[in-house]
Amino acid sequence: MTNGTTHAPVIYARNVNKIFKPSGAEPVIALQNINLTVQPGEFISLIGPSGCGKSTLLRLIGDLITPTTGELKVNNKEPHQARLDRDYGMVFQAATLYDWRTVSKNVQLPLEIMGYTPQERKARAQQMLELVELGKFGNHYPYQLSGGMQQRVAIARALAFEPSLLLMDEPFGALDEFTRERMNMELLSIWERTKITVMFVTHSIPEAVFLSNRVVVMSPRPGRITQVVDINLPYPRNFETREDPLFFQKVIEVREYLREAHEVEG
Amino acid sequence: MAEAVQTTRNQSSKTPIGARLRYYLPTILVAVGVLLVWELAVRVLNIQQFLLPKPSAILEAFVNEIRLFVTPGEGSILFQAAGATLWAAFGGFCLGCGAGVLVALITARWTIISEAAMPFAIAANSVPIIAFAPIMNNWFGTTNPASKMAIVAIIVFFPTMINTVRGLTLIDPRQLELMQSYAARPVKILLALRIPNALPYIFSALRVASALSVIGAVVAEFFGGQRAMLGVFITQEAASFNFVRAWTGIIMASIIGLSFYFVMLLLERWLMPWHVAFRNTD
Repeated sequence: MTNGTTHAPVIYARNVNKIFKPSGAEPVIALQNINLTVQPGEFISLIGPSGCGKSTLLRLIGDLITPTTGELKVNNKEPHQARLDRDYGMVFQAATLYDWRTVSKNVQLPLEIMGYTPQERKARAQQMLELVELGKFGNHYPYQLSGGMQQRVAIARALAFEPSLLLMDEPFGALDEFTRERMNMELLSIWERTKITVMFVTHSIPEAVFLSNRVVVMSPRPGRITQVVDINLPYPRNFETREDPLFFQKVIEVREYLREAHEVEG
Repeated sequence: MAEAVQTTRNQSSKTPIGARLRYYLPTILVAVGVLLVWELAVRVLNIQQFLLPKPSAILEAFVNEIRLFVTPGEGSILFQAAGATLWAAFGGFCLGCGAGVLVALITARWTIISEAAMPFAIAANSVPIIAFAPIMNNWFGTTNPASKMAIVAIIVFFPTMINTVRGLTLIDPRQLELMQSYAARPVKILLALRIPNALPYIFSALRVASALSVIGAVVAEFFGGQRAMLGVFITQEAASFNFVRAWTGIIMASIIGLSFYFVMLLLERWLMPWHVAFRNTD
């Protein structure tokens, strides 16, 4: 999906370090020397064992925390400015819907904050819910939906204000394998339709390979990028992709890199 | 889209009357049983009226008061007293809970105030505030309803404030991060997240406060007040050996307390149909 045009990168990280200094404990190097450039329209997965800093990197990009040192730009701006400009939508592992709002009102939440008119909000929420195939569920409350449906609402909410970047922190981690595979397909179809850039954190190697055009392999203590794997499987991808020999080859490749990173660590 | 949608909350209103009756049957049986045992015990053991009157006698006296109340030209001191106590309880409830929520909103906005005030509030909440009733009688005047209202207000203030502060501050960090990611302003976070998040906490405080307010009003009236107040009515009737009448006062206070509690419960259901306690997911 990388097209060689002159677009500024969506994410530009140079020598980014993040050190946590908990009071009364040794400082923890969460991220060390991160270099990464993401072009518009890419689907990037961050993969690695727990503690490798993949969520931390996502949160740095989302300006929920700030880097200790290094240069980090989102859409050629400081992450803080990008956040104020509402450049990205976030999806967490838990759907994080507000219980007291109907599904439609949940999707409208960012639109309310960003000052859309009520008519615009309603129309757009409906449009987004149809995108995630929940068009008939606008008036339900979140507790009336299954986990997979709730997560689709969270995606609709993140996409509602048309951000240029979607940050997803293990969004399907809590779902069963069957639901997860279907959600993967739906996410890819949304991505292809919206041309949005996606940063996707996951524990699952097949999920990362299936979705991404590049997989960023990370290793822990200190968290760093050890390898970036190009996944040159053609889009649109479908159930057959999962049976493609190249798919298996890439899964093995990523697994090998993950193991190497683990062995280096000892 | 083969995913199942859970049953909606409307289901409870569709339950057949028979099933509902079966649900409440044990409660009704226990109540009837207790009254029967009471009645029989008083009759068989020949218990003196000043120790424990028969429920049938209390009921008779109560019905008589209702008759007096509805007859034009007549009047019921019991119902007059009930009105005064209800006014003291309700007025104090509104003042105390209103102030509690308001102070909680202020302290949640400026965490320094909250950190300074919370230990005092929690300590004050464990103090028997009713002990201040004689002081309030001095401040406002024994016969002034404001002295009872003030006690009630102080009693309900602390649990309301403490619970509201909790509800405003104990928030899932992810939900706050979501607001941050939208660069939402603090006012919007307060209105769209903190206050709805606090509602279940506030209502659980209001339910407790509704019961406390009636207890507070009646007990405060024990320390003196106008004749037509339930606390005064009960103490005076008991002092003049009209125990059946004293018991009608107790029954009346119970009816007020229970009704108040149920009104709160209904309000809660009506305002928070999404809340976990009211979901029908069987």
